[in-house]
Amino acid sequence: MTISQQILQQLVNGISLGSVYALMALGYTMVYGIIKLINFAHGEVFMIGAFVGFFSITKLGMGFFPAMFTAMIFCAILGILMERLAYRPLRNAHRMAALMTAVGLSMLFQNLALAHSWIGASAKGFPQVFPLQRFQLMENVNISSDRILTLVIAIFLMIALQFIVHKTIMGKAMRAVSFDKDAARLMGINVDKTISFTFALGSSLAAAAGVLFALNYGIVVYQMGLLPGLKAFVAAVLGGIGIIPGAMVGGLLLGITESAVSAAGGSMFRDAVAFAALIIMLLVKPTGLFGKNVREKV
Amino acid sequence: MKRKLSLVLVFTMVFSLALTGCGGIQPAAPAAPTALEEIKIGSVFPVTGAIATFGQSSLNGTQLAFDEINAAGGVLGGRKLVLINEDNQSRTEETATAFQKLITQDEVSAILGSVASSHSLAGAPIAQAAGIPMLSPASTNPRVTEVGDFIFRACFIDPFQGQVMAKFALETLGVTTAAMLVEQDSDYSKGLASYFRKAFEAGGGTIVAEEGYKSTDTDFSAILTRVKAANPAVVFVPAYYGTVGPILRQAQAAEIDAVFLGGDGWDSDKLFELAGDAANGGFFSNHYSPDAGTPEVVAFLAAYQARFNAVPDALAALAYDAAHMLAQAINEAGSVEGVAIRDALAAISFTGVSGSVVFDENRNPVKSAVIIEIRDGKQVYKATVNP
Repeated sequence: MTISQQILQQLVNGISLGSVYALMALGYTMVYGIIKLINFAHGEVFMIGAFVGFFSITKLGMGFFPAMFTAMIFCAILGILMERLAYRPLRNAHRMAALMTAVGLSMLFQNLALAHSWIGASAKGFPQVFPLQRFQLMENVNISSDRILTLVIAIFLMIALQFIVHKTIMGKAMRAVSFDKDAARLMGINVDKTISFTFALGSSLAAAAGVLFALNYGIVVYQMGLLPGLKAFVAAVLGGIGIIPGAMVGGLLLGITESAVSAAGGSMFRDAVAFAALIIMLLVKPTGLFGKNVREKV
Repeated sequence: MKRKLSLVLVFTMVFSLALTGCGGIQPAAPAAPTALEEIKIGSVFPVTGAIATFGQSSLNGTQLAFDEINAAGGVLGGRKLVLINEDNQSRTEETATAFQKLITQDEVSAILGSVASSHSLAGAPIAQAAGIPMLSPASTNPRVTEVGDFIFRACFIDPFQGQVMAKFALETLGVTTAAMLVEQDSDYSKGLASYFRKAFEAGGGTIVAEEGYKSTDTDFSAILTRVKAANPAVVFVPAYYGTVGPILRQAQAAEIDAVFLGGDGWDSDKLFELAGDAANGGFFSNHYSPDAGTPEVVAFLAAYQARFNAVPDALAALAYDAAHMLAQAINEAGSVEGVAIRDALAAISFTGVSGSVVFDENRNPVKSAVIIEIRDGKQVYKATVNP
């Protein structure tokens, strides 16, 4: 393998990882955009999505796409319930209260998964639903069918999301609520419904990310949401939290950075570099790559 | 005020005396005629958590051995062995708590366990300080028994396992280049890797790449690309099945055509579930093989299968051996006192399922290893390697 082949292969590795981060970061960023809450339970929605997909395939005998769809629907409902039961009562409370609730929910989901007899502590192998096929990009550089699928689905979902946000009435309502909740309410927008919809959308993307992650890396385990969840948060901040294209770019950038760190021989530092990126971004440009400096109106 | 308090105290004391008095007499009566107290043996096996299958097998093996010993009349002329297992949930910090509890609350005479070297290293200082003999069935890191003279093990140690695989790669597979993937937060993995490197380089081989990862990692594609770039003939992955599975699967997707080698951490049916057909073609060193065919193995296989309806893995075999070894030591010591059991263990000569055992001066057994090949999703006996 020549150096350029290695770089290209690592770029492929980074983009596949990054596309999963990007899908998750979208959920963080949408929820933040609309109610200024960092939903730390998002990583666990990712994990639950992966397990729903896993059990749909192994216990119900579904195909991959129906299983992923089931996981997305399940998590959309979970997202709505989460908002309804845990966050809505706190909407007018101090922001810290909602944040701590989010951390609490994350712990709750993780421990429920651990205690559940179907899930438990040990990792499970995600079935190899599609026979492994590798495609040669050039000599010594290949991409597996699972990765191509991940990329295609991720891009499709991002385009679909852009369409929903910019071309539908519900999307318009989302943008209005995120711009000014009270003014939106005065214009006759059902704010509660819009927020529920945002949670549903974000959670279903996390579920899709979970299933794709499990397909690519071959395992499902109750802790799998923890680190990717935090990384997706970093990605959302990198791109500018609250900004949808920012989350996509932030996710890809983070995935590529991690692969680059490993490629340079620093595999033990990849997590450290990811979080250092968060700190540096917050110091240098807190609004993120795509963020605009909005002056506080007094 | 003070008088009131002392009155209350007196009442409590009288009351509690009366209570314990009532409770104490009844069970004492039936126990008196036999006058043979049960001997409590503790064990610390992870029946939940990341290496749960190891813990469950170890517990099964121990339970089987204890039942056999008790059915044959117990030890020390009729005293029964009672097993108290504490689950450490595959976690280091829980292991220390489990050892404390067994020693201070349950007052056990000896402890069997734990499985992972990191766990045993957390428990060993506690057993050593209390003067309670500890016999780990399966912790292979050399530092475990270096903790003190009360700490023993029933398995061979990492240097030997690392050497066996290095020798196997050099001589049987005839290769001269190897890469290593090392789990940096595991004493077991780092130990095996360093001895593999030593033996492999001493035998004329070259380690062309060494990559680190953490046990919580799931994406190995970047380090596997580096391994592929180094073009090794074999890749040594000394880790437990939970991470080996995804590594093998991702290596297959990355089109690495080297032979993958490992240690006894690969010995779990879960490996096939996690790795799929990517596990085929790999080799790992182990303590025993059900295909070895010695009379001890045949008898053990039959008893284990009758009881648990499964083929015992090496963890079950080692735990079974450790339990029998401890029983033999108690008999030879003629007492359940810590120092006596320790001295008897140190001088023991024992033959079990996983081979014959005598201890060297560091309380490590001198015994043989087997090499297992993974073929068509099954473990196949390949060779026995003597020390």
